[in-house]
Amino acid sequence: MINLLTHNWNSFITGFGWTVLSSVLALFFSLIIGSLVAILEVLPNKFFRIIGKIYVEIFRNIPLLVITMFFYLVIPLYVVKINGFTAGTIGLTIYTSAFIAETVRAGINSVDIGQMEAARSQGMTFWQAMRYIVLPQAFKLVIPPLGNQFVNLVKNSSVLAFVAGFDLMYQGNAIASQTFDTVNTYLIVGLFYLIITLPISYYMQYLERKLA
Amino acid sequence: MQNWMNAYSWVNIRFLLQGLEITILISVISVLLSFIIGSVLGIIRYSKIRYVSKIVGVIIDVIRNLPLLLIIFFVYFGLPAFGFKPDTIPAAILAMTVFESMMIAEIIRSGIMAVDIGQMEASRSMGMTYIQAMWHVVLPQAYKKMIPAMVSQFISLIKDTSLATIIVVPELMQHGQVVYGQNPNYIIPVFVMMALMYFVVCYALSLLSKYIDHKMA
Repeated sequence: MINLLTHNWNSFITGFGWTVLSSVLALFFSLIIGSLVAILEVLPNKFFRIIGKIYVEIFRNIPLLVITMFFYLVIPLYVVKINGFTAGTIGLTIYTSAFIAETVRAGINSVDIGQMEAARSQGMTFWQAMRYIVLPQAFKLVIPPLGNQFVNLVKNSSVLAFVAGFDLMYQGNAIASQTFDTVNTYLIVGLFYLIITLPISYYMQYLERKLA
Repeated sequence: MQNWMNAYSWVNIRFLLQGLEITILISVISVLLSFIIGSVLGIIRYSKIRYVSKIVGVIIDVIRNLPLLLIIFFVYFGLPAFGFKPDTIPAAILAMTVFESMMIAEIIRSGIMAVDIGQMEASRSMGMTYIQAMWHVVLPQAYKKMIPAMVSQFISLIKDTSLATIIVVPELMQHGQVVYGQNPNYIIPVFVMMALMYFVVCYALSLLSKYIDHKMA
């Protein structure tokens, strides 16, 4: 196992790097999109609320793999040639943003309505009140669930292997098929995933207990 | 141009529906098995049995934090090294069950923790054993509380079966790939149809969960 690791160290580390990069990029963009969709869902205007709701329900109820493969196959057909990494990260972003929207919306709803009303009666606009009063409080509440979303995101980034996205899972498969040592290769790949996911998920459990 | 009319011929639609059938079959069998195994593991972890609970807890945390895809690969390509070579559908069910059991174990444990500790204490002081109190008093309340979490876990299980396409399980995603593999003009129609099929099943379940939750409250 040690031999396998040292011989293929470069491949493992490259895969690990691409997995982390894809997860971080997808987290960043899905936080932005997810928050915007969450705000759509709490706007006074019914039309926007329905749009937000449709977005969330559609992407929450379709497998990530279907979304990712769709982008991988369809964007090159009509728009530009993209590689598997880009297509995979786009798919991850869209899928995760629906879950983040749901989380952030729950956070916004749990901030007392009086906060918004008080801010509005002080002369703030809806957006100012949202930006400076409601969202900061909401985000504090949703940090543990967002952390868990990030853990899911890292695990889900393994779908990049389907679209040749250079990630950990993809490199692992390549190594496994070269060395025929499937058991040890997959164990090492698993350890690399755990390096990211276990600390975050334990830290989030700790935060949840502290906030509760 | 995408050819919607030919892509939606009855032969193709029927082929996709056969895939959906396998998807649902795998999901239902895995969720039933995981429910039993997960319940046992969750109760063991909650019960603070010396050493045993700790070990079960570590196993649960490790497997929960791995990608399901990795577990599928391990079962299908790794287990043959130990002389056990499952067929594709059993391999998918095994991988799903291993992963889902751990997810469900955590749901069960937090469900039990959400039941007031006084319920257990009162039952014990009435002369019930720990197991009797668990079975007759605590678990019924806990299961009621975790219906929404269980259903959303089941929904993600259904979506996750699509990953099994990598070991060529003949489920919906795999059948979709076969159909659009014939003709690049089928790609968009087939994806729309696959997405619709997954959506209908998953969304119906999430509505059902909301309805049950509403009725219980």
